[in-house]
Amino acid sequence: MDLTIAALLTQDGITNGAIYALLALALVLVFTVTRVILVPSGEFVSWGTLTLAGLQLGKASGIVGLVVGMAVLAAVMETWRCIRARELVRLPRALALWCGVPLAVATLLAFAAPMRLPLPFQVLLTLAAVTALGPLLYRVAYQPLAEASVLVLLIVSVALHFAMVGLGLWFFGAEGSRTPAFSAASFRVGSVTVSVQSLLVVGTSVALIGALALFFGRTLHGKALRATAVNRAGARLCGISPEFAGALTFALAALLCAFCGVLIGPITTVYYDSGFLISLKGFVGAIIGGLTSYPIAAAGSLLVGLIESFSSFWASAFKEVIVFTLIIPVLLWRSLRTQHHEEEEE
Amino acid sequence: MSTRPGPAPILQITNLAVSYGRVEALHGVSLAVEEGSIVTVIGPNGAGKSTLLGAIMGTLGSRGSVHYGGRDVMRLTVEQRVAAGLVLVPERRELFGAMTVADNIELGAFARLRRGERDALRSRDEVYARFPRLAERATQAAGTLSGGERQMLALGRALMARPRLLMLDEPSLGLAPIVVREIFSIVVALKASGVSILLVEQNARAALEVSDYGYVLETGECVLQGASRTLAADPRVAATYLGEAATPAA
Ligand SMILES: Nc1ncnc2c1ncn2[C@@H]1O[C@H](COP(=O)(O)OP(=O)(O)OP(=O)(O)O)[C@@H](O)[C@H]1O
Ligand SMILES: [Mg+2]
Repeated sequence: MDLTIAALLTQDGITNGAIYALLALALVLVFTVTRVILVPSGEFVSWGTLTLAGLQLGKASGIVGLVVGMAVLAAVMETWRCIRARELVRLPRALALWCGVPLAVATLLAFAAPMRLPLPFQVLLTLAAVTALGPLLYRVAYQPLAEASVLVLLIVSVALHFAMVGLGLWFFGAEGSRTPAFSAASFRVGSVTVSVQSLLVVGTSVALIGALALFFGRTLHGKALRATAVNRAGARLCGISPEFAGALTFALAALLCAFCGVLIGPITTVYYDSGFLISLKGFVGAIIGGLTSYPIAAAGSLLVGLIESFSSFWASAFKEVIVFTLIIPVLLWRSLRTQHHEEEEE
Repeated sequence: MSTRPGPAPILQITNLAVSYGRVEALHGVSLAVEEGSIVTVIGPNGAGKSTLLGAIMGTLGSRGSVHYGGRDVMRLTVEQRVAAGLVLVPERRELFGAMTVADNIELGAFARLRRGERDALRSRDEVYARFPRLAERATQAAGTLSGGERQMLALGRALMARPRLLMLDEPSLGLAPIVVREIFSIVVALKASGVSILLVEQNARAALEVSDYGYVLETGECVLQGASRTLAADPRVAATYLGEAATPAA
């Protein structure tokens, strides 16, 4: 392997790693705040790509159906909750939030799709639609189980993953889609060719991570999410409701996943069931960070991207095997470290 | 049920019962807190004092009735009760250990800041004025504070919610005598500023000194109640909670 190929592989690895890093951050965020292991995160990714691909063709049927269906379910659940709590005064606001907002997004999408707006607007519409699905999924599937154990929540996640893959097939069809590159340009640095597309992907990831850091470090709502992650009981006593934190977390996670879908669309062909494999790579990164550390999860994802890229050169048939085998030494290392912790405490 | 004269109580609980699984820990307790007064609940370890506060706050499921500010709050969530000014400093404090002191303080006013109340910042200055130590440690992680500083932070964070009724679960736990006195003087000052207080204490002598009315809780039942002065003079209380057997805060 000469330097040019190594540089090319590194560039590929970093590009993919930056996308996995977003996924890993979403997984860590959701787990720390709600204790949910978001197995269906991959579906948000693939729906992001497929929605954008649909918009390119002037179609929006799939995602509109999903959003409308979930919004109606959420509306029914909110109505039931308000009736049971005898708080009908709260119903209008709850319906506006849980049904009105998603339906507005769906309507916008349905109207805008045939117009074939420029790519940036299509991306915005895609992000809005997939983000709307995040809190809806939380409201419909997870909020009623808020007190359940991590294991029960994981089982629900796995079930949801299969259900959502099925829904994806129904709403988006079986054909794979690829979206056009944001830029076909490239330039040379010495003997290495750098594509603008890669730079855009990495730049977007870095910007998003920076925005997240600001959100968690500076804003009231960001701090409220951290507080819920650190101490749920304490957060409740401060008036931070777990439902609010959960819905906000799922919105953020869905937004991150939607970004992944948009960024990965020009790199690989995405089918209705491609999300799982992509999210597993983010998951390996998140596991390296113990599902709790953001910086380690991001660094781990970058490592996953690089290993994937280099192993596809040397042993492309075993690419996935090599990436997922990485999790064994990581788990060993983590379990050794945890033992140390327990000894220290004694 | 209490039939004391005076203005309408800010808190009135009737026949409150709590079970952990199949074991009932609180067997139908009734209690009232008059607006602007300090009411204390004393009793031995395991009597159900923390359980009582948890049930009033809504963190524990319960049967019976809880009326706060003249309305039934049994169906309200914990967050809704906080927003209404019912605030608890729990026995375990439940601070955000990995976050800074300043963030802990700010989050105490979460409900108010979300409603857009501008004077929440003034409350922060008041808290820092009351606990200068917290101002010095504003950028330090809450988990690295000393025990006493932690108590101050828990109290400061609760004050940020601007409580109408503040419930304190053993605020003197594990504090040096001089700090205990400081905490109790703050409790009295809070009363003077119009906050009603429900105080759970092991340190019965100090609690009866600052409070207006007291209840003695034993094995989940209220066995004695009365004006704090009368209670302090009661021979049974004196023997069990104020006499040689009484352990001052460790
Ligand atoms: N989560 C729980 N599960 C089962 N039993 C519990 C639980 N919490 C408390 N108990 C039991 O309920 C009873 C009352 O406990 P509680 O904590 O209210 O007592 P307390 O009066 O606050 O005691 P202390 O003065 O030691 O704080 C005790 O017998 C305790 O063992
Ligand atoms: Mg207790």
